[in-house]
Parts: sequence; C-alpha cells; structure tokens
Amino acid sequence: MKTTESKTGGTPSPTDRIQRSIQLQAPLARVWRALSDAREFGTWFRVELDRDFAPGAEIGGRVTYPGYEHIRFRMWIERMEPERLFTLRWHPAAVDPQVDYSKEPTTLVEFRLEPVAGGVRLTVTESGFDKLPAHRRDEAFRMNSGGWDVQVENIRQHVGR
Amino acid sequence: MSVARTKRGQLATAGLRDAAPLFAALGDRTRLRLLARLARGPHSITRLSERADISRQAITKHLAVLMRAGLVRDTRLGRERHFELERARLDAARAYVERIGRQWDGALARLKAHVEG
Repeated sequence: MKTTESKTGGTPSPTDRIQRSIQLQAPLARVWRALSDAREFGTWFRVELDRDFAPGAEIGGRVTYPGYEHIRFRMWIERMEPERLFTLRWHPAAVDPQVDYSKEPTTLVEFRLEPVAGGVRLTVTESGFDKLPAHRRDEAFRMNSGGWDVQVENIRQHVGR
Repeated sequence: MSVARTKRGQLATAGLRDAAPLFAALGDRTRLRLLARLARGPHSITRLSERADISRQAITKHLAVLMRAGLVRDTRLGRERHFELERARLDAARAYVERIGRQWDGALARLKAHVEG
C-alpha cells in the first residue's frame, strides 16, 4: 500500500495514522455502493446525512444512535473513483456541540478497494492526527471512552439480525 | 453522552487549552530520532550530538520543542543536563490512535454485515 503524501515529508510517526484492512465477501459494485451512497454509508456508519456524495461536496448530518442524536456531523468529500478510491475529510471525534471545530485541521480518510478472490479487500486509512491540537486529542480521548460499549452493542445487533 | 460527562469534559478542556502542541512536536523526523535514542535511556547533549548529522545547536532546539510538548524532561547531573523521555505523554498519544482504530473496527464490522447480509 502506497503511503500518503504528508506535509512533514512522510515522517513515519506512529501516532499520525490509523490503517485497517478488511476482506468483504461481496461484489465490488456492492461495496462501492455501500461507501459512495450517502444513505447506505449512513446505515453502517450510524449517521444521517443531508445530501448525496460528490467530489468537493460538503455533507452535513447527525449521529443516529440513541443518546448521541444531538451530535452534528460534517464531512468534505474529496475523491470518488468508482470501485477504486473514495476519500473525504472530517474532524475526528468532533462530538462536543459547544466547540467550533471549523478552524482546526481535519484528518484525511481514504477507502481503497481492491478486487480479490471471492470479494473485495477494503483498506481504510485515516491520517493527519499529528496535526491536531494536543488539547483536542486529550478531549476526544476522554469523550470516546464510555461510547465504546454502545458501539459493541450496535455491532452485535447488526450482525445478529 | 450525559450532561455530567460534557461538563466535566469542558472543564478539563479549559485546563488543557494552552497545552503544548504534543502532536506537532512528533511530526518531525529528527525529533522522532531523538526520541528513539532517549527511549534507550537518558542522554546528555554531548552524547546526543555524537554520530548525529546535525549540529549541537539544532539538537538543543529540537529538544526544546520536545520539552515544551511534555515529551522530554531534563535533569541536571553535575555540570551537564541530561534529557529523559516522558513516557506517559507518548503513551497517551498512542492510546488515542488505538482508540480511534477500535472505532474503525466497529464501523468496518458493521459495513461487512451490511454488504454481506
């Protein structure tokens, strides 16, 4: 996997990026639709989005799981190369409604799709964490703890259906 | 999220607002190298300058950035200052990306169920 260009010259900081790879037993077109269709994306990502995805589009929305509905959500679509690459930017863990995150750096999220035998290998990379203000990371760190039990329950319900 | 949690978060945030830019401090190759050397134990500037391809002055500057970010602290040993890694801060940074990573694990598990179902 090619590493993304970084403004600090590709410094391999261990805290700047997250990468995950998953094998999906589904056709490429099906996976692409789950990523590129705003309604489908919202279903598995647990957000309600206000408009369709398109390169350059700013998308607003809100979190859909119980107890978190007051959390507004915004993302900026960058690249959409059908069945290959989908990239966007957002403010990670921007969950405090009192805070204006708009002046802060965003992280870049990349979804890369690759056909493999029996399905698709999807690689997600989120990068740019080293550019975030330190207090934001500390705060997000605290906010996220406690939300995890809810996430686990969501997965259990979705998979068990 | 409960109201209590939000309030507590805000209070804590107010205290942290002036915190040093920890993660900007990490985004530099020279500083990462210095951290890697300090991970093996405390070093003096003299020892850090040995085998380094940058000047002692530049190293001093990078160490100052790392100290402001709370990643490194100095102690005086006789006439020389020794620099030492502040592990707790680095652990917090790593814990953060691990946590976001686990959120991705959850989202991807739901995506898998979504497209395979």
